[in-house]
Order: sequence, then structure tokens, then C-alpha cells
Amino acid sequence: MQWRRFEERLFRVLMITASLIVLMFLGMIVMTILIRGVPAMNLAMITQTPKGGFYLGKEGGILNAIAGSLCLAGGATFLSFVISLPVVLYLNVYARKNAPFSAFARFSFDVLWGVPSIVYGAFGFTLMLFLGLRASLLGGIIAVSFLILPMMTRAMDEVVRMMPEELLTASYALGATRLETAFRVVIRQALPGILTAVLIAFGRGIGDAASVIFTAGFSDYIPTSLMQPAATLPLAIFFQMGTPFPEVQERAYASALILTVIILAICLISRLLTRRHRRHVIK
Amino acid sequence: MTFDSHIRVQDLNVFYGKQQALCGITVDIPDKKITAIIGPSGCGKTTLLKSFNRLLEPIDGVRISGKVVVDGENIYGTGVDVTRVRQKMGLLSQKPYPLPMSIYNNVAYGPRIHGIRKRKDLDEIVEHNLKIASLWGEVKSRLHAPASALSIGQQQRLCLARGLAVQPQIILGDEPTSALDPCSSRHIEERFRDLKNRYTIVIVTHILRQARRLADYVLFMYLGELIEHGPADQIFSDPREEMTREYIRGVIS
Amino acid sequence: MMVLSRLFKDRLACGVMKTLTVFSSLLVFLIILGLFLRSRPILAIKPLSDLLFSTSWHPMRGEFGFWPFITGTLWVTCTAVVIAVPLCLLTAIYLSEYAPAWIREWTAPLIDLLAGIPSVIYGIWGVLTIVPFVKNHLAPLFGCYSSGYSVLAGGSVLAVMIFPVIIHITVGIFQTLPHELREASWALGATHWQTVKHVVLRRAMPGIFAAIVLGFSRAFGETMAVLMVAGNVARVPGSVFDAAYPLPALIANNYGEMLSVPLYDSALLFASLILLAVVLVFNVISRLILIRIERRVR
Repeated sequence: MQWRRFEERLFRVLMITASLIVLMFLGMIVMTILIRGVPAMNLAMITQTPKGGFYLGKEGGILNAIAGSLCLAGGATFLSFVISLPVVLYLNVYARKNAPFSAFARFSFDVLWGVPSIVYGAFGFTLMLFLGLRASLLGGIIAVSFLILPMMTRAMDEVVRMMPEELLTASYALGATRLETAFRVVIRQALPGILTAVLIAFGRGIGDAASVIFTAGFSDYIPTSLMQPAATLPLAIFFQMGTPFPEVQERAYASALILTVIILAICLISRLLTRRHRRHVIK
Repeated sequence: MTFDSHIRVQDLNVFYGKQQALCGITVDIPDKKITAIIGPSGCGKTTLLKSFNRLLEPIDGVRISGKVVVDGENIYGTGVDVTRVRQKMGLLSQKPYPLPMSIYNNVAYGPRIHGIRKRKDLDEIVEHNLKIASLWGEVKSRLHAPASALSIGQQQRLCLARGLAVQPQIILGDEPTSALDPCSSRHIEERFRDLKNRYTIVIVTHILRQARRLADYVLFMYLGELIEHGPADQIFSDPREEMTREYIRGVIS
Repeated sequence: MMVLSRLFKDRLACGVMKTLTVFSSLLVFLIILGLFLRSRPILAIKPLSDLLFSTSWHPMRGEFGFWPFITGTLWVTCTAVVIAVPLCLLTAIYLSEYAPAWIREWTAPLIDLLAGIPSVIYGIWGVLTIVPFVKNHLAPLFGCYSSGYSVLAGGSVLAVMIFPVIIHITVGIFQTLPHELREASWALGATHWQTVKHVVLRRAMPGIFAAIVLGFSRAFGETMAVLMVAGNVARVPGSVFDAAYPLPALIANNYGEMLSVPLYDSALLFASLILLAVVLVFNVISRLILIRIERRVR
């Protein structure tokens, strides 16, 4: 009898400790970035591109990387979205409910979701060689869009699948075609989920380094065309960390702070969006 | 006709969040008799039943006030061991939920967690209780087969054996035959009639005929309130309240 | 006429969407094909067993033995899983079986946040926090010397990175169990923990296994964070305090020289193929288990 009481109490303590440890790591990571990043931060970091000798400690900022990342992630998110949305609409509106092909497609996306980003980078690189492209913004966009495609599709699919079937039947009963139903009913109903999926994919795309290391190159300038190499925030951080100069390493922390702030902002915005748009959604 | 009471409920109120599920219930459940709780859907029958073995507490946002006194002790008092309370009561749910183990282990689960380890003792307990549930003959050759392989009627009898194995004093049945075919239902009802002499039985049922067949004492509930209660033959032949009369006649569904 | 054009648009859209779906679901095969084609040069020259099991890595001399990197990856990944699984299981059990709804609501977004933090940020945190800790506190405790950049550092950082995956899936599995099963156990007088141990965990075993396998597969392929803390020394690690050079780190580190040394690009793309193959096998197994569980629930 006594053992039961003891066991219950022991595991309760262990469980709460474990949960606190997990949350503590989150706190630690954010704190570390804040503590090291804030002192190193200044306005020049976000408004200037690297001047000569930036990597040796001279002036400049990482505007090249900020702009490059935003363009790259933006382009990749757009490209993925253009593919994801039709796929999700097809799977949920056009295809039969439990068609084996749909199951295969969903399974395929689930498996793709687990593929490491470096593999997408390597594949992107292969594709670029095949197409005769050099390391460029376009190359990076292609590689990252492959990376975030499964994630975006899966997230959107989860949301659209939860839609009650009666909504679809109601629309068809009024004489609408599947296309019209898809765009006027499904998207409106699932809009918050779709937006969240897009935002999360954007967040992943902007933070990933391994997929752009081969494909986007690096540059000290803000990219003006798709064919130019582009700097990205994660790579900028990585290179700055890798130098032996402490001043440059400090800048790496500031860059990390910028990236973290962007990610946190995305998370926050997607939460707020979901909450606001829930009003129009029929349960 | 006076009955000894086994469970005394005193001013029991139960809230699910803001919604009140039970309003000021005060009643005595008679000892070693079958008590049936009847009433339309959503009237709080299951809530009342589950308040007896403190299965309401795990629900998020539930608030309970009042007293439920069993054998002289308020089971909601401070410092009361909830597992001991639950051991005193066996529960038979609407749908049988065999645990994910063999038939043998399902029945042995209760005794094991309460400390009985010896194989011989467990064997005896398993056989004894399966016999009471009149399942022994059908399963004695495959005690270590998974319980999920049994038919639904057999599963319900297994759950009865499982519940009896912890030696409760009170058996609670939450619409115990509503998921079963007529033949299995009859089995379970016969078991209850046999067990009545040794256990206090409280069943929730929406089958009036079942209540008529089995009950010695009846509680009629409506929208969380206890409208009327009394000996079965009195309730069924000459109820005092208008609502009870209408329910029994089939007006309130 | 109006109706016809609407129907036509519908049909056209159907065709376009279907094509897109077919192509994107075949992406896996496309990737395997692409990587395989570019690995052919090195596969033609060296036998597979040599590539996989040889320990000599001297690209300049044309020697490409991947064994140190394969073992390095395994060491780091296994360390990560060993650290993560107990913590994640306990957390998942607490969140699903014990915690009140408001705690669950508040921790879910926080754990998702952990999933959204980029790899480089984990790398920086690892360099600033974990590496010095291993060097100055943990290694001396065991009487070893370590530069801090080690399997343990890599494994620890990876462990935190896979917390969200394992916790999310495990909690999901627990939620698919019917509540009445727990009630049946409680009604017999079992304590909360006894119910978890004997009923919940037993039923959830396949799902938990799938979650761990998925976590393993994520850790296996992670690049930037391990690149920054694992040490990158091309030798088979002897202990958790030794440095390791995981496959993804190898690929990422040497992209610059890839095209200058003969066969280097082919070798590195072959390494990507190995990585992909391992991850795919684990992913497929895990997903199949999860699908079977889902089907049983429905």
C-alpha cells in the first residue's frame, strides 16, 4: 500500500520536473540570445550593408542578409503556396474521400516532411547544375520552396480536412461547381489555418541554413535580380560566428537576435490571426 | 417498508464549469437492494452515479459540494483516500471497456494493484469471480487470450468479474445492458438478481421495463433534480408527483 | 454557354491540380534519382563497402571512407535520443494525463516555439552554453579532458531540438485513447500513475515507438546546430567527450571545395544519398505505425 502512494508522488515530481526542464531550455535559449545580442545591437546592423573589412571588424551591417533572407523566404513561400494550395484543394474537394492515391499523396508529404534540409540543399544543387544555374537567389528560392512545400501542404491539409462535409454538399446543392466551392467556401472557411500554414512555412524558410548553403551563395550586396547570389541571415550568423575576431562574433549575436525577433514575431502574428479570424469560421 | 441505508447523499451539488448538473440532491440509497435511477437523457443520472465513486473529479472544471456518506464516512471529506473509496464500488459502464490485456489479467488487475501477488491466490480469485459472472465455462480454456477477442456480451460479463474481484460492497451500473443484445442483457440482469443479496446495487437505466424487473427502490430525476424516490412498487403503481407519472407513462421521453 | 464555360474551368482546374499533386507526391523519387545520378561517378570507381566502412578520409588523395562520419552521426543521434526520450515521455504524460486544461493550453504554443527556432540559433546557444559546460564541468567530473566540442554537446543540443516532435506525437497518441479506459482502471481503485503505467502506456506503446523513431530521424539529419558544436574531427568517436563529425556537417562544411577536388562533389552527394536513405527508412516505418494507429481509432 505504502509503495503505491510513494510511487504516485515520486512520478508526479519527476513529471513536473521534466516539463519544467523542457520549458527551461526554451527560456535559456531566448535569454542567451537576448543577453548576448542586445548589447551588440546597434542601428547600423539593420540599416547598412557590409562595408569593406566588415568581416574583420570594420563597419557595416547585415542589411544584405536581412533583405536577402526576406526576398528568398518570401519567394520560396510564394512558390510553395502556388503549388500547395491546388494540391490541398485537389485532395479535399476533387478527389474521392478515401481514394488510394490521396492516401499515397498524403503519406508522401508526411515522409517528405522529415527529409533533412541539407538533402534539399544538395538536391537543389543537383538541379541547378542540371539547369546550368549558378548559386543565386533563384537557386535558393527553389531549394527552400522544396523544403517548405511538404510542411505547408501538410499543415493546410490538416485544417481543410477538418471542415465539415455538409458545407461542401450545401454548396453543390446550390449548383456550384467544385472549383467555385473550393475558392468561395473552402478557402474562406479554412483561411486562418491556411494563413497560419503559410506563416509557419515562411518562418522555417527564413531560418534554414543548410538548404541555402549550396544554392544561394553569399553576397555583401542586396540582391537586385534573381540571378545574383544572395546573403541569408542564418549564413551571415554562421560566418560571423566562425571568425576569430571577438567583435565580429559579437555581431553574430546581434544578427541572431534579429533572426530570433523575426521568428518570434511570426509566431505571434500567426497566433493572433488565428484568433481573430475564428469569428467567420463555422464550427 | 423501511430500508437500511448504505449511501446517504446530503445536499449534493455538481457544477460542470458554470452549468449545474445536480441540484441539492438528498437521498438515502438502501443497503443490499437494487436501486434504479431513472429519468430522461441529460437529467444527471450518470453524474449522480459517478459522484458515488468519485469519478467526477478528473473532469476539467468540475465543482462538487455536499456530502456523500458511505458506511458512516463522508467520501468527499478531506484526507479520504480516493482509491479506497473506489475500491468499495465496482463500476459497470455502458460499453464494456476491457483493459488491453488477457482475460486472466483483466480480472487479476484489480487484486494485483491492491497488493496480491501470489499466483495461486490470483488464480483462485480469477476463477471465483468469472464463475459469479457466469463466464468461467466459456473462457476457462483460453484465459490468456486477449480480452478484446470476446463478444460484447462476454466482455460485459468480464467487466463484471473484474469489478467484483476487488471485493467491493457496492456495485454501480451505468446503463449496463444498453449496448448488449437481449440474450446477454438477460444474463447480466440475472447476475444482478443473484448479487443483490450480498451487494448494494445502483443502476442507471433508461429502460423502464428493466427498472420494473429489477429494482427494489427507484429514484426519478429530471434536469438535475431529484423529483421523487421511493420503493419500486409504489413509484410504478402510484407515484406522488405529476412528472413521475408522465415519465412512466412515456410522455417525457 | 455560361454553364459550359464554368464546367470547362472546373475540368481544367481539376486537371491542373491533379498534375501538381501527382508531381509533388513523386518528389521523393525525384530527389533520390537526382542524388543517385550525381553519385554515380564515385560509385563506379569505389566499391560500396569501401565507401561505407573505410575509415580513411583523404579527399585530396581520392580516399573517401565514410565510416567515421556514419559512426559520428550515430553517436550524436543516439545521445540525443537517450537524453530526450525520458524527458519527453514524462512531459507528455504530465501534459496529457495530469495537467489541467489551462496548463496544456499555455505549454503547447511554447513547445511549438521550440520547434520554430532556427538551427543556427540552437548552434549559438550550444556554443555559448553547452560547450563550456561540457568542457569545464562535465568532462572533469568523469576524469576526461574535452574541448567541449563533442558528441555530448552535439547530442544535448539535438535533444532539445527534437523535444517538440516527440512530445507532440506522444501527446497526440495519448489523446486517441478513449477516456473510459482510464475510468475503468480508476474505478477499480488504481492510482493515477498505476493507470498510466498499466493501461495508458501499454496501449500507447506502438505510437511512442513511432514518435521516438521520428525523433531519431530528425536528429540524424540535423545540420547547422551539430556543425557548430560537435567538433568536426574525422575520427570514429571513442566516448561522448570526443569530437564527432556527423554526415550532415561534413556535407555542409565542404560545399566550397566540392567542385575543385575531383570526385569530391560526387562523394558528398553520395553522402547526401546515404543520409536520405536512412531518414526515409525511419520515416516510412514510423509513419506506417502511426497510420495503423489512426485507423484503429476510427
